[in-house]
Amino acid sequence: MTETVTIAPVAAPKHSSNSVLSHALYIMKDNPVTGLAFGLFALIALLALFGPYIVPYDPLASNTAQALKAPSMAHWFGTDQLGRDIFSRVIVATRLDFIIAIASVILVFIMGGFAGIAAGFFGGWTDRIVSRIADTIMAFPLFVLAMGIVAALGNTVTNIVIATAIVNFPLYVRVARAEANVRREAGFVQAARLSGNGDYRILLAHILPNIMPIMMVQISLTMGYAILNAAGLSFIGLGVKPPTPEWGIMVAEGAANIISGEWWIALFPGAALMIAVFTFNLLGDGLRDLVDPQRRT
Amino acid sequence: MLKAPTPEVDVGTALPLLDIRNLTVEFATRRGTVQAVKKVNITLAKGETLGIVGESGSGKSVTSYAVMRILDRAGSIAEGSVLFSGLDLRAAPESEMRDLRGREMSMIFQSPRLALNPIRKIGHQIEDVLLQHAQVGNESVADKAIEVLEQVRIARPKERYHAYPFELSGGMCQRVVIALALACRPQLLIADEPTTGLDVTTQKAVMDLVVELTRERGMSTILITHDLGLAAAYCDKVVVMEKGLVVETSPSETIFKAPAHAYTRKLMRATPRPGITLRDLLPEDEAARARPLANKPVLADEAPLLVVENLVKEYPRKGVSTSIKKMFGTTPVPENEVFRAVDGISFTIGRGESVGLVGESGCGKSTTSMMLMRLIDKTSGTIAFGGEDIGAIPARNFATLPQRKKIQMVFQDPTDSLNPRFTAARAIADPLLRLSDISRGALRAKCEELATQVGLPLQFLDRFPHQLSGGQKARVGIARAIALKPDLIILDEPTAALDVSVQAVVLNLLQDLKDELGMSYLFVSHDLNVVRLLCDRVIVMNTGRIVEQGPTQRVMEAPEAAYTRDLLAAIPHPPV
Repeated sequence: MTETVTIAPVAAPKHSSNSVLSHALYIMKDNPVTGLAFGLFALIALLALFGPYIVPYDPLASNTAQALKAPSMAHWFGTDQLGRDIFSRVIVATRLDFIIAIASVILVFIMGGFAGIAAGFFGGWTDRIVSRIADTIMAFPLFVLAMGIVAALGNTVTNIVIATAIVNFPLYVRVARAEANVRREAGFVQAARLSGNGDYRILLAHILPNIMPIMMVQISLTMGYAILNAAGLSFIGLGVKPPTPEWGIMVAEGAANIISGEWWIALFPGAALMIAVFTFNLLGDGLRDLVDPQRRT
Repeated sequence: MLKAPTPEVDVGTALPLLDIRNLTVEFATRRGTVQAVKKVNITLAKGETLGIVGESGSGKSVTSYAVMRILDRAGSIAEGSVLFSGLDLRAAPESEMRDLRGREMSMIFQSPRLALNPIRKIGHQIEDVLLQHAQVGNESVADKAIEVLEQVRIARPKERYHAYPFELSGGMCQRVVIALALACRPQLLIADEPTTGLDVTTQKAVMDLVVELTRERGMSTILITHDLGLAAAYCDKVVVMEKGLVVETSPSETIFKAPAHAYTRKLMRATPRPGITLRDLLPEDEAARARPLANKPVLADEAPLLVVENLVKEYPRKGVSTSIKKMFGTTPVPENEVFRAVDGISFTIGRGESVGLVGESGCGKSTTSMMLMRLIDKTSGTIAFGGEDIGAIPARNFATLPQRKKIQMVFQDPTDSLNPRFTAARAIADPLLRLSDISRGALRAKCEELATQVGLPLQFLDRFPHQLSGGQKARVGIARAIALKPDLIILDEPTAALDVSVQAVVLNLLQDLKDELGMSYLFVSHDLNVVRLLCDRVIVMNTGRIVEQGPTQRVMEAPEAAYTRDLLAAIPHPPV
């Protein structure tokens, strides 16, 4: 018997939104970094939703008289070569980058998550096929693979989403496979069989919810990576086409001007990119604590 | 049983080896500070063997961790002192503690496999301890390690020196852990549930070894256990703990003849032993309230519910190589490439009968129950259930068939067998949703009915497994198993993970449910004392074969097979 000091729960837990909220508050108090990550995430989400309605300038309107102006009260982040307001462009770009990241993560979660769970649960040929596909993808330098996919399929947002999902596929497969594999022989899975659950129901109703905490961390980490990947593709000219505001393109456009002293054109979209990736990476830990039932007491 | 002769131990005048005074240990948790150990006083004389007995959460392990100063980060000694040969351990700097641990006082942990480094040869692990405390020089350390292995009666120590923990059995691993603990000849040995998870015969061998080694070196031992019988058989003095408090300290003879504290009496009552009935396990007042045990004889002329004939389960010894050999080999694959986990067993279970299946780990009892449960396929033989050969149905198709309703199981580990993401109500409802045509509206009422039947308070239905105690989780598992009104329930050591007092309640519950619902039980266990209480008939298995079967009374009192006699002899008995 392991001697753990268990505290008898005094009363049955109330299942209301209130308890979820208080749990979230507890987690943030426990780890202030998580609180910071949640705050930044809320900010990014709000900007993605309402960004285009609150920006002071039209992000596409050029004004050559105001070109290459340093940050000022009128233009907080300065202006670019065509005189477009960088602050407005950075804010408006949030939505596009956010959508690409979310769409690709949902896609890869469905593809990789389910393939991985099936591989871990059934083993045998399912496992061999899924694992070898994942290995094949891993054999390529991932960014080069993404470049190749976009170059082959064409230069659209949909294809960026697909390419980003494919390069993340092995990560999801491996995590889901390992987690499903250790639970395959767990008592509750045997019990589910005795209760008359078929294989697929066990997979979806019993195993999937149990590996969600670890998958949430994975989702959050790859969100950051997906944003970086989309921006990277745009940076080398394989992603979103100009003049659409997008962080990667903006950094690419500003890169040439850094040596001539106009640092603000590349800095602010780059900083936005960095904060977004940073936020999603930190969020992973917080999310795990939030969805893990062991921590919910 | 081995009784310590207690020679020239003078507790009164000599300075005790270990003196724990007013020890209070606190843990900082989310709900504030929790006192795990409250003002505990324990003294241990030189050469004395002390047993600390209590149920989970009683603070017995925490006390020993505090002595060793290996409490985890949240825990701290809030009050009191721990004197080790006069040295105040609470005030000692960490460097001094590091020096003391292993050299002057050492510990044997519960799970030998977890206590050993899985990727390091056991010989090297022993050398680490010896070198750490500078017991020997570099050149002779290997010889010394082999000598230490020899002392714990490990056969062929020179070969075993190079073995990894996974190559050794559980009992062997525990011997290695003992060798590690005793390598530097410490004065104090703390054994924290050293034999939990080991078979009774292995338990006896390990405990005899510990007692023999500590006695010949004049060491003091603290044996932490939940098993009163074990403590009685091996200790001079017993300390009983409950909820962080020491409730009784007595020499082991007196504590069993005249237990002073109510909790000690309750523990003793709840410990299964020969010559009692199930109701005797419960506290007096509850036993009086329980209805008398139904004494319904199994009808002999009725056709048996389950007939097993020549059941065999084989596993390939080398998974891939055999099949490759079959594919490419020119010579036929020899027969000994397979391992027979179950080797042609035959038995029957009557309607309303409870049959015990007893044996040590690896004897094939779990494989048998898994085959009967149709979770794995047999190699050959028949499993006739209610006249139908269910053994012929492939296991993977069985889950959704109507026959599934008729055979259910209660698992060994109540925690592991409940989905952590399901509430108790959802877990109980799962078989109803899948295999019965109950309407969604009636579901909740049915769950509540089942919960009442197994004595689970209704407010617990909306809790998750980690919010329930071990006994409550066991009840949820039982409610789930009886939800479909099965004809046969296989109980796979359902009380092995529970405290004795909880075990007493659960065993009684199982008996009541059987009388009420007329089910048959196959009770798989290694604990003969528990089997004796619950079963009409007993089947003893060893190495895949049935060595003996017959009425419980007869097998227990006049065993025919030598193996059964060994099993019975290995059970530690309290001196009554």
